[in-house]
Amino acid sequence: MLLIRRAEEAIAEMCESGEVRCPCHFSIGQEAVAAGVSAALVPEDTVWGGHRSHGHYLAQGGSLEGLFAEVLGKTAGCSGGRGGSMHLMAPEQGILGTVPIVAGTIPLAAGAALAYKLRGEARVAVAFFGDGALEEGSVHETLNLAALYKLPMIFVCENNLYSSHLHWSERRVADNLDQAGAFHSVPGLRVDGNAVEDVFEAARQAVARAKSGAGPSFLECRTFRWRGHVGASSDEDVGVHRRGELAEWLECDPIRRAEDRLAMDLESHRAGIDQEIDRALGAARRASAPEAGRIGEHVCAS
Amino acid sequence: MRQLTYVQAIHEAHRQAMARDPRVFLIGQGLWSPWYAGGSLENLDREFGRERVLDSPVSENAVTGMAVGAALAGMRPIVFHPRLDFLLLAMDPLINQAANWSYLFAGQSSVPLVIRAVINRGGEQGAQHSQALHAMFMHVPGLKTVMPATPADAKGLLLAAVEDPNPVLYIDDRWLYNQTGPVPEELYRIPIGEAAVRRVGRDVTIVGISWMAALALEAADVLAQQGIDAEVIDLRSLKPWDQVRVLESARKTGRVIVADGGWRTAGAAAEIAATVAAEAFHDLHAPVERVTLPDTPAPSSRAEEQAYYPQPSAIVEAVWRALGRRVGAAA
Repeated sequence: MLLIRRAEEAIAEMCESGEVRCPCHFSIGQEAVAAGVSAALVPEDTVWGGHRSHGHYLAQGGSLEGLFAEVLGKTAGCSGGRGGSMHLMAPEQGILGTVPIVAGTIPLAAGAALAYKLRGEARVAVAFFGDGALEEGSVHETLNLAALYKLPMIFVCENNLYSSHLHWSERRVADNLDQAGAFHSVPGLRVDGNAVEDVFEAARQAVARAKSGAGPSFLECRTFRWRGHVGASSDEDVGVHRRGELAEWLECDPIRRAEDRLAMDLESHRAGIDQEIDRALGAARRASAPEAGRIGEHVCAS
Repeated sequence: MRQLTYVQAIHEAHRQAMARDPRVFLIGQGLWSPWYAGGSLENLDREFGRERVLDSPVSENAVTGMAVGAALAGMRPIVFHPRLDFLLLAMDPLINQAANWSYLFAGQSSVPLVIRAVINRGGEQGAQHSQALHAMFMHVPGLKTVMPATPADAKGLLLAAVEDPNPVLYIDDRWLYNQTGPVPEELYRIPIGEAAVRRVGRDVTIVGISWMAALALEAADVLAQQGIDAEVIDLRSLKPWDQVRVLESARKTGRVIVADGGWRTAGAAAEIAATVAAEAFHDLHAPVERVTLPDTPAPSSRAEEQAYYPQPSAIVEAVWRALGRRVGAAA
């Protein structure tokens, strides 16, 4: 969690200075969801994400240098400099793809789960998405298909209460996302998304259910992002007034809570993490930019 | 050689692909129905099991997305859309995801996926069951598009598509299902991106796409009786398309007709005509002619359908124009 926090803070500084130009969506304040879910997975399991997926990538063990180089648009980036912050991949770490079309990877995760089922493999596919994704039709199609085919899949909704600038109450009548799967016979659970041990426990049970052949689960992890929808600042500067809410949620810092509740001393790791970030950032900055003459490469695989 | 119909050839390609490679599975609508897919998938569920032949709910978006994800997880899915019109509900997984994937991640992974969609024109079905939308997909980098016009190509292109590491849109046309032709029994591939010269000629080149390739041959017979020797090229692959073969023929004959069963504006014929005009300009004796659908949705009533869909005579007349003959002045 601290690694995610510090890495994103470093990227946020580069966004503010103009060194990073691609749009970056930060998960600062939401780190416990990624950390808790990844802790419940084994290396064979796979994770699919969205536009706000630095945390998912790092929680799975994706390379720091690869992330920094990617947001800096270097060929050493985890996506070869082609993706930027919104398109990350680390197949060796089970990150099969994060893309910014809202809900875009939810059916893809179901497809991976179908592949595992067809091959008889004890693996699970996890789709991370925000609360706004529940307003896309494909989620509901996928919930039905996942239940129908009993797919080893976990739907992880990071409900940070806002879809871009719109509060949930401006988009829905009821605060009931945990019931999204019920109509399709996918069991749902509301979890304190800022309590890493609660997320871990819920994910552990969902993984067990998936691997037992019982089918998918839906986790609504309640959390809050400290920064704006996109970019380094909190979004009061673009007319979204979250000041009061943010103050409350800052008191609910998942990192401090983990330290308090689990008697973990994350701060003692801070120096080591910062050192690693400095090293990775230095390497990413020294890496070369793509050559313009190779713009046509990889349109198709050969 | 053994003769098969177009639809039998498609069926055989599926059987051979599934028998050869356990990664191949089918998902889409109508797969367990004896009639939904026009016989092209008949009894595959019995032969390979319903786990590998999934007759899905009508969830085009998620089903196509699942096929993309399964492809990324090591499978070789074939998604079936009984009507091309309904593929519009799956544009995100097809274009945003599958087509962009290899490029987005600098070739670290790609989407070996076949999307099979059927053009179902005519039959008074109207605008939402009859559309030939192939040009829309031809526009997209990273997505290959093939449109076989013969039984042999229907089989060979499907098998090539299944083995391709990229997403391939395979569009077949119900109007071709009863066409018969020689089809080798063994498993073979028709290379994606290669056109076929169906008739060698010296006076004019007719480039036909799918159903219109069949009409082009009929038109060529009529033209032959009038002393006009037409070369007919069946494009077969729309993306990539065989510029070498088309330009070679254009330079030889100096007159080119492009016959496509899609709409005129920004259609496949427009792209081919523009390329021919740019690349073979100094060898052309006449402007490139297009024979297409008019820019209207598909009508339903039989009377209007007859006016809507081009007949071989439309190709013949286009050839006359290219030759500077007065249209309507039959030889």
